[in-house]
Amino acid sequence: MENLNAPPFSAKAVRRAWIALGAGLVLLAIGTYQGLFVAPPEHYMGEVQRIMYVHVPTAWNAMLALTFAFFCALAFLWKNDWKWDARLEAAIEMGVLLSLLLCIQGAIWAKPTWGVWWDWDPRLTTTAVMLVAFVGILALRHFVEDPRRRAVWSSVATVVAYASVPIVYFSVQWWNSLHQLQSSPQTVDGAMVTPLRINSFGMLFLLFAFTSLRSQIARRRLAAELAPPPAPTATLATGGER
Amino acid sequence: MRVVRAAFRKDLLLSWRGRAQGMAVVVFGATLLLLLSFAVGPNATTLRQLAGGFLWVALLFSSTLALTESFRLEREHRAIEGLLLLGAHPAAIFYGKALANWLHLFAVGLALIPVMVVLYDPGLSGIGGLIGILALGTAGISAPGTLHAGLASQIRAQQVLLPLLLFPLVVPVLIAAVRSSSLLLLGDPMGQARSWALLLLAFNGIFWPLCGLLFGHVIEE
Repeated sequence: MENLNAPPFSAKAVRRAWIALGAGLVLLAIGTYQGLFVAPPEHYMGEVQRIMYVHVPTAWNAMLALTFAFFCALAFLWKNDWKWDARLEAAIEMGVLLSLLLCIQGAIWAKPTWGVWWDWDPRLTTTAVMLVAFVGILALRHFVEDPRRRAVWSSVATVVAYASVPIVYFSVQWWNSLHQLQSSPQTVDGAMVTPLRINSFGMLFLLFAFTSLRSQIARRRLAAELAPPPAPTATLATGGER
Repeated sequence: MRVVRAAFRKDLLLSWRGRAQGMAVVVFGATLLLLLSFAVGPNATTLRQLAGGFLWVALLFSSTLALTESFRLEREHRAIEGLLLLGAHPAAIFYGKALANWLHLFAVGLALIPVMVVLYDPGLSGIGGLIGILALGTAGISAPGTLHAGLASQIRAQQVLLPLLLFPLVVPVLIAAVRSSSLLLLGDPMGQARSWALLLLAFNGIFWPLCGLLFGHVIEE
């Protein structure tokens, strides 16, 4: 059943988001301190490798944000509930922001280790393609004024874009590969895993906080857009003053 | 199925009647093939190696013109609304249109092959396989292209949005088509072109049903 009313603004969700934001910042501060000063330097890359403590959590959370956007898009197409559109908008923006940060951090790490800012490696290329695809969806949202069309069309575009991500990854993998293989806790020293985990959770809290706050802003805009037009005032109804 | 056939026939007829527009798309593709060589320089060996890539980039850019055109008349005369009011299923309209677009793009690709051969002089031994890859690759552009062209045709920034939405999506098609075309043109001793063709098949296998399923949401709003 279609919910025609805009979802209400929730003060409770905003409070929760602020708490998550605080917790995320504290965790990131602890994780970054540990990553910079407690964890040992990596054997081959040395101090440069410490960028991993922010790069890998960014990658995980970027993927998570875009996956959440995909589920929001499916949920909106299925349920027709506006709250999913507000969440979709927030999730895409966070996914785009994190993917952009991911590309920048990757370039900073690649220059001293690989000798180049950019390489056509599967993960790099897939992230760049994902970034461009979702920026396109943000542009689509920007160009459509009608809220109903905006919600449906961006949901459709999100589903299609997300479906292509694994194929993009697979095709680029066949095409070229340089990126190091994924590490697992079994292959990484414990002193390195701890700051990585702390930072990942810190960034997850930030992602939750910003997505939640941004979707509340989207709810307010939806409420204004979906509100019925104001009733004609008494002056206008009687023909107005000439 | 009858509706798919009718929509397909209607789109082909429209393409035939507006064949001047179709010719313009081919000329645009040929111009691109000419211009792309200026980015590389006159070295014949390098140009020969890049011929397959140039063909697909020219075809991809030309496809946005052809796809935009396929929805212009529908929007101008609100013809799609008429089809929906007649009770045509959105998926049937989609498949009719996507098949017509596929044929259109395939024809553009076939017309561009001689231009590429003349300009870059690649070997002609793999030309049969290249035509097969052309069919698979243009199908891969046509399905998501028809969906996004239908969507973009209703938005004022249509010219910008269609490539912005479509190009990232068809990256796998571009990679697979370029690699297999180059292998077929330059020689494929390891038989790798086959795996790229399978990737193109897989892409089509995912996107033809998915886009048909979603097209109703796009045109019914």
